[in-house]
Amino acid sequence: MRIKSVKSLASAAKTACAERAKNKMEVLVCAGTGCLANGSLDVVKSFDRAIKSRNLDTKLKLGLKTTGCHGFCENGPLVVIQPKGIFYKGVKPKDVKDIVDKTLINGEVIERLLYRDANTKERVEQYTAIPFYARQLRIALRNIGKIDPGNIDDYIAADGYAGLAKALTEMTPEEVIEAVTKSGLRGRGGGGFPTGRKWKTCRNAAAEPKYVLCNADEGDPGAFMDRSICEGDPHAVLEGMVIGAWAVGAAEGYIYIREEYPLAVKHLQRAIEQARERGLLGDDILGTGFSYDIKIARGGGAFICGESSALMKSVAGEIGEPRAKYVHSVIRGLHDRPTVLNNVETWSDVPWIITEGAEKFAALGTKKSTGTKVFSLVGKVKNTGLIEVPMGITLREIIFDIGGGIIRDRPFKAVQTGGPSGGCLPESKLDLPVDFDTLTDAGSMMGSGGMIVMDDRTCMVDTARYFLKFLVDESCGKCVPCREGVHQLHQILEAICRGDGKPGDVEKIESLSDVIVAASLCALGKSAPNPVLSTIRHFRREYDAHINNRKCSAGVCRNLFTFEISEEKCTGCGLCAKACPVDCIVGELKKVHRIDGKECTRCGACRNVCPVDAVEVV
Amino acid sequence: MSKTCIDPKKARKILDRYPEGDQTGLIHALQDIQAEFGYVPREAVEILCERLNVPISKAFAAATFYKAFSLEPKGDVVIRVCTGTACHIRGAQTLVDEICVALDIRPGGTTKDLKFTLETVNCVGACAMAPVVALNGEYHGNVQPGSITKKIQGGK
Repeated sequence: MRIKSVKSLASAAKTACAERAKNKMEVLVCAGTGCLANGSLDVVKSFDRAIKSRNLDTKLKLGLKTTGCHGFCENGPLVVIQPKGIFYKGVKPKDVKDIVDKTLINGEVIERLLYRDANTKERVEQYTAIPFYARQLRIALRNIGKIDPGNIDDYIAADGYAGLAKALTEMTPEEVIEAVTKSGLRGRGGGGFPTGRKWKTCRNAAAEPKYVLCNADEGDPGAFMDRSICEGDPHAVLEGMVIGAWAVGAAEGYIYIREEYPLAVKHLQRAIEQARERGLLGDDILGTGFSYDIKIARGGGAFICGESSALMKSVAGEIGEPRAKYVHSVIRGLHDRPTVLNNVETWSDVPWIITEGAEKFAALGTKKSTGTKVFSLVGKVKNTGLIEVPMGITLREIIFDIGGGIIRDRPFKAVQTGGPSGGCLPESKLDLPVDFDTLTDAGSMMGSGGMIVMDDRTCMVDTARYFLKFLVDESCGKCVPCREGVHQLHQILEAICRGDGKPGDVEKIESLSDVIVAASLCALGKSAPNPVLSTIRHFRREYDAHINNRKCSAGVCRNLFTFEISEEKCTGCGLCAKACPVDCIVGELKKVHRIDGKECTRCGACRNVCPVDAVEVV
Repeated sequence: MSKTCIDPKKARKILDRYPEGDQTGLIHALQDIQAEFGYVPREAVEILCERLNVPISKAFAAATFYKAFSLEPKGDVVIRVCTGTACHIRGAQTLVDEICVALDIRPGGTTKDLKFTLETVNCVGACAMAPVVALNGEYHGNVQPGSITKKIQGGK
């Protein structure tokens, strides 16, 4: 049913809330990409069958809901039981009967399904008591894991579209821009440009029509913030965009999203249809006479299309090559018209700022980087997943308090932030506060929020080589310094990792990088040398060891090391021999094992499984 | 380019959804063609160019610029190994090497019997379960060396 006024939105929210309140208990099953891969849909089906066959929905006043990503993906499938907030991890369909009998009917907690703290080894019952969640502050992710992303009423019940109603009826476009400016919100896609200023320039541009776009072309490897928001709370993105369109005076917009995210595309598409049906998108929104509609443009698998001018060309059906930005896209963007482009997370923050007030947002974080930021905390860290924290928190707090430290308590080596344009920061930088400017000064950058933790088994030269390979593949080829220069950088690093490095290579890398930074057209080229330069800056010794001694102490570059089993440490458990894909480990049970060096491919499978770290790099 | 025949009626049906002469529909139309045929056949591109009034050079420029498009038919099972950063540092390259040896193909290649295609992809956004391999879109997380070739060869 169409919601024709702010008043009827309020009553729709009331009805939806009342509908929710009927349930005394709710079972929330995570159905984000991670949990789905772990089989969460089967868990949902089992719950559904168990509940229906025993009429528990009416008997116990029980509701079952599939939600977006809870963020704690490695422990999936996740099940949360409200209102008690009991958190079960790794739930399989066979566990469902137990959960129904014990927890739902008798109110008992099932020990074996509880999360166990990686460090204290204690079981934690409550969702909010788990360190991974306890330190978080969720604004962009405020609804994810709590609502059903496929049900617009669920979003409305959680105060959804209230920000839009407020903006359209109580605020002028200028006041909306003023509020966003005052909140200090900066673009979450990586650029960190003040959002309010962007909107204001676009509003003041003379040409018509104007466009408001959403950048969901999340290409940075190791980052999945935008995917989770689009999957888990698509209406928040839509609401933000409509508010933005009202502020700048746009009637049309696009969400440009990666085709690698099929579930996110599906959820956004469904949300757009529902919002249109309800009169929250399209013509005459909330009966105010304001109209704005959104279409989805699917990306073609080109990383460069996350760059604003390339994205706009791609939306227009062209090849996504960036252009020089003497004239900014807020003046001449899509179809050469004034265009506002913001990232998914930025859009998701906007409704909160309007409803809760700019001051409240500005009070969080640091002076120049206000609010919160979502990070995908991944790599060699115990608790991997998606987190949202106030700006200004230190890297150490994120990695060791929320992340629980390094897997198997190995030594920390580096954290990579900012994707292929960012850099690697060493232990000495762990106490830096995380905000836009500090990370840039330290030689990395905030980027869109990927945070990849590396331990002593990660080779920094190989990491730099990896990012350059990525950039060689993704350079659009328009300008020579990027197309040829990055290719040459990559060749040099390939040689170093192969064992063919020459003295003077590092200096050559540095001078080549200068040219690439100075002469490339867009940010991809300008920042392409960052991963190499930051690793040279902080891990020069590894480069020297590769070049001069032909040694890769991390055990990654295969020509530069061999594996040996330490006679003192080996307990003869035989796990390594079982894991070896080429069967080159010999030894009797309970006796020292040995690797046949000729056959060994140095894949590292044995090292990964050895419980006593007896497999050593020599 | 391969010499397979496609049903032009199918291609026309897809392209009828696009307004005649609407050049902005190029990428979307190519995506629909890719989804229908599993690749972008030349015959379909010709029909597309006529419908949207796009020079054939421009259509092929787009089809070769964007990674989502393939000019060659793909295998029944498309193996996509994620090589995003998180997967890389948890050993994705070992998986790629292993599959290359097992199927005797290079990344981007298809086995002669058209059963398997191996692709690498820059991050599928499931980094918490790294390394990730997707078999025809179905994700497998925390893949260990050895296990994936067994899974693939089990289905061979």
